[in-house]
Amino acid sequence: MSESIQARQAGAVPPPAGARAEPIEAVKLRHPWRIVFAIVLVLAVVLFLIDAAQRTAYGWPFVGKYVFDKRISAAAFVTLQLTVYSMVIGVALGLALAVMRLSPNPVVKSVAWLYVWIFRGTPVYVQLVFWGLFSLIYPHVFLGVPWTSLGYSLSLSFMQNAFVIAVIGLALNEAAYMAEIVRAGLLSVDAGQEEAATALGMSWGQTMTRIIIPQAMRVIIPPTGNEVISMLKTTSLVAAIPLTTDLYGVARDISAVTYTPIPLLIVASLWYLLFTSILMVGQYFLEKRFSRGVNARRPARGRAAGSLAAAGAPDGNDLGGKG
Amino acid sequence: MTATGTPMVKAEGVSKSFGSNEVLKGIDLEVGAGEVLCIIGPSGSGKSTFLRCINHLERVDAGRLSVDGEVVGYRQHGQKLYELKPKEAARQRREIGMVFQRFNLFPHMTALENVIEAPLRVKRVPKAQAVARAQELLVRVGLGDKGSSYPSQLSGGQQQRVAIARALAMDPKLMLFDEPTSALDPELVGEVLDVMKGLAASGMTMIVVTHEMGFAREVADELVFMDGGVVVEAGDPREVLADPKHQRTRAFLSKVL
Repeated sequence: MSESIQARQAGAVPPPAGARAEPIEAVKLRHPWRIVFAIVLVLAVVLFLIDAAQRTAYGWPFVGKYVFDKRISAAAFVTLQLTVYSMVIGVALGLALAVMRLSPNPVVKSVAWLYVWIFRGTPVYVQLVFWGLFSLIYPHVFLGVPWTSLGYSLSLSFMQNAFVIAVIGLALNEAAYMAEIVRAGLLSVDAGQEEAATALGMSWGQTMTRIIIPQAMRVIIPPTGNEVISMLKTTSLVAAIPLTTDLYGVARDISAVTYTPIPLLIVASLWYLLFTSILMVGQYFLEKRFSRGVNARRPARGRAAGSLAAAGAPDGNDLGGKG
Repeated sequence: MTATGTPMVKAEGVSKSFGSNEVLKGIDLEVGAGEVLCIIGPSGSGKSTFLRCINHLERVDAGRLSVDGEVVGYRQHGQKLYELKPKEAARQRREIGMVFQRFNLFPHMTALENVIEAPLRVKRVPKAQAVARAQELLVRVGLGDKGSSYPSQLSGGQQQRVAIARALAMDPKLMLFDEPTSALDPELVGEVLDVMKGLAASGMTMIVVTHEMGFAREVADELVFMDGGVVVEAGDPREVLADPKHQRTRAFLSKVL
């Protein structure tokens, strides 16, 4: 009898002082198959590593020789520049497009829709080839009254600089994806927020920049981090322009001379991995910053998985383009 | 009723439809400066829509609605009305405070930041001055020590009191309350009503959509019962609540009292 009372107290109601319930000391549930599986995996990896170390085709001495090669690190810097510039432009343009998509003005809305339709509907690789040929189609543009000589002729010679073309090409493509990500973020903010800001007399611009966008950031940041990482790797497609000073381009050029393609692929991959790892750390801190005021429990991995699913469409498409 | 000068809010035949659904079918009302008007009625009766028309969150389709002698949402030139630019509508709104059922505090800002946001951005009040005033208002709603808390760290009643302080920070001449206690746990309703009573006692003009009959009886100068988009009955709250003249009012009150 007294035992059953004690058991009940141990449940929900805190027992009165003096009648403390004993802590439960049950035998823990065991998961033997997890251990077995882990051992098998570790063994497989070790076997693979031992085997790989002995295979001459990997050319490990070459990997060691070129991984810190000045040409490679300079090329890695070019890749980093391409990523940063095109992402900055892409995000800014994407934000503008997202706001346009949500505008009450039907003209502005259609323009944004058309843009996303074209740039998301064609492969990046094809777009980059096109931008590479752009100066053949439009060597210069004429701004002025049609069929007269009144006006100003603008030279488009900067479109012959492969680096500029690469940044523009990547940024314009990225903007279409960012527009969708930002739009989803803006829509995720409760309508009451805009109403409250409007009722306080804030203008539409103030409401957007002070109230809506900061809250949308929490939804926008994780898939954007994903996009940055994706962009870092997409830069390897600039060979289409052709631009060959990026990481993959230089690795390929070196291997064409030394006849050692495999070690240089490994070298390039190591650098890409290094950068994506750094980006992942940065994303973690950004997410933390923009979740201020939100007490939601955030298991880091679970959230990342969720956001990946949210950005699933653009990411999947990107990978398709790369293949 | 204060007969001096123009009424704070004057509605004549105010009508509003959402598509084919006519929500307001000609509302006539007058609220004098310093008065408290309570609006009661079943859900879907148009009370909240009417409130939202007063600060132009909704556009009035027909009739005239004016606040302090100024037509809401339009500029009058002779007999013609011109739609206001967003900037001008915003100027009208900042003189009208609004408190929402679901608080709508900005979750990414602390209580203090919520209160100073509009004075800083809209009125361009110097920061030190805005903070001092906000602190004063937070003390007034009994939350002097909660300035650095985020809304998610506050109870519903505390959030709603911050929302009241946020609206007051713009020094409005009229306060609108849209069912301010409906989303609250029963034990938290009192603290919000107390703040509102204090506000009424200080002479603020208030329009309160509410289900709190006790509050209406005690604080309101006038009680309006709305149903089906029209004002069914209006008058002294004690009389309307004790002895409703209209059958529909009686039916409604018998359900809620």
